[in-house]
Amino acid sequence: MRDMQRAVVALAIAAAAISIAFAQSSTVDEIAKYREALQDGNPAELWEARGEEMWKVPRGPNRVSFERCDLGLGPGVVKGAYAQLPRYFADAKVVMDLESRLVYCMVSQQGMSEADATKIKFGDGSARRSDIEALAAYVTSQSRGVEMNVGLDEPHVRDMYRLGEQMFFYRGGTHDFSCATCHGEDGKRIRLQDLPNLTKTEGAQKAYTTWPAYRVSQGELRTFQWRLNDCFRQQRFPDLVFGSEASIALTTYLAGRANGAAYDGPAIKR
Amino acid sequence: MRITKVAGAVTAVLLAAGLGGALHGCATAPTDAETAARAATVLKASFSARGQAGLDRLDQDETQKLCSEYASRSLPAPVAEQIRRANLASIRFPADGNLVGDWKNGEKIAQSGQGFQFSDDPKNPAGANCYACHQLTPQELSYGTIGPSLYRFAKSRGFNDETRKYAWSKVYNADAFTACSNMPRFGHNRILTEQQIRDIVALLVDPASPVNQ
Amino acid sequence: MADPMKIRANVNGDSTEVKVLMNHEMETGQRKDAQGKTIPAWFIQNVKVMHNDNVVLNAQWGPAVAKNPFVSFKFKGGAKGDKVKITWVDNRNDTRTDEATIA
Repeated sequence: MRDMQRAVVALAIAAAAISIAFAQSSTVDEIAKYREALQDGNPAELWEARGEEMWKVPRGPNRVSFERCDLGLGPGVVKGAYAQLPRYFADAKVVMDLESRLVYCMVSQQGMSEADATKIKFGDGSARRSDIEALAAYVTSQSRGVEMNVGLDEPHVRDMYRLGEQMFFYRGGTHDFSCATCHGEDGKRIRLQDLPNLTKTEGAQKAYTTWPAYRVSQGELRTFQWRLNDCFRQQRFPDLVFGSEASIALTTYLAGRANGAAYDGPAIKR
Repeated sequence: MRITKVAGAVTAVLLAAGLGGALHGCATAPTDAETAARAATVLKASFSARGQAGLDRLDQDETQKLCSEYASRSLPAPVAEQIRRANLASIRFPADGNLVGDWKNGEKIAQSGQGFQFSDDPKNPAGANCYACHQLTPQELSYGTIGPSLYRFAKSRGFNDETRKYAWSKVYNADAFTACSNMPRFGHNRILTEQQIRDIVALLVDPASPVNQ
Repeated sequence: MADPMKIRANVNGDSTEVKVLMNHEMETGQRKDAQGKTIPAWFIQNVKVMHNDNVVLNAQWGPAVAKNPFVSFKFKGGAKGDKVKITWVDNRNDTRTDEATIA
């Protein structure tokens, strides 16, 4: 009789555990299905179209178009350009990512002031749209399917990579967070959002090749500069300056870790 | 690659221009310690104060410095011991000795991810965001896995003073137990008030709390 | 005039599949801004798709449809080279029409 009671209790506990586990895995699975369904009709295409138009139009006080802008493969060459960024640019004498290179072209070629070029970095869902986000969507779409090939042998790029690597593990702020707090282990998630392990090649590849992305919750196309800024916001750090040396170093580190993977953006995320 | 006079002059110019990424690749690569020091400097120069988040957020205390240094390699036992001891010493218990508050309020604090971001209003109370990393009540399916499940926290440890004291201490300063813990030091870093920590403790140890059902 | 739609139309056997991505805020009218003021409703109310002289889709939408709506549907008939014309009208009486060729 006691064995029977024990068996019933054991069964009840097991059933409770299984039902919690089942509810858990079915929640995660359903969300995965939803994300899969979102792939079709990615609103990022609307930004790509806007960016493509913008690329050819003469702009700024000098009335020059981006067709003169060298992203590393020659003036106006867009195909495959994102997959080899960040890189060292001899004319600017620094390593640049896509966003900072676009700003460089706007300032040095089109004659805009840095303030004007970066007035609207991130769209806020209103009529205040970001040209940089649209241009980034277009340029990155032209690297879809291209293998990531950041030139880590180049000394300046290698230096940025190593700098970014150190920054990745920098604990700070009121909550002692570093990038590694959330992105340093396999198989973890925040709430129901899976976290890529960026210290491993597979994680870095999956993560880096899917930015920029249309963030459904933002209703906007977001770039990697935005992603870094928003991570630091949640880490309780202050405002990461757009195109700052730290942002380039971290981008170089993560883009370099993604080398070898086919670029898959612009993507769509929750 | 030989270091020529020209390369040396160019290096000087780049450094003078404030661009940290000089031509190190030629002769000796910088040590990890040098790169780490430069990383800290560059980080601070790459942020601007915003909302309630000032640049002092980038200043590291001893624990943060050590944990950053050893982050990508294994933490030597003496260093871990040093970190645990220093953080244990920082734990403050309430003057009236009461460690347990209201679990219903604790659940609200556990659910809230607000507080201390530059986008947060400093007038609003901060949350602890426990569910970002932990399972707690069985009803809440949207929980993270960065930390272990806290389901049946007191039920599995015992409804006693030792459990209550451990819960308080862990929330106050997690590094007292796990050097370089991923968990924020809610009491030590003044993220939560004393009453808020009491309420979280209640969520974990109150026999009536859903966590212990 | 509002931003252009992205339209893809492909023949699949005896039917045509059309996929449209529209540029629109689709504001529900329920949200409040940072100052607490209600953001006015602004959403597409009607979508009409023409193939030659036939209406192949007529839709009445409400605020439940998400921002930058994507709609995918099939209609019987259609041949490569035919034109498909899509028009939306919103609650402010703004409208947008775009055409695409069936591939």
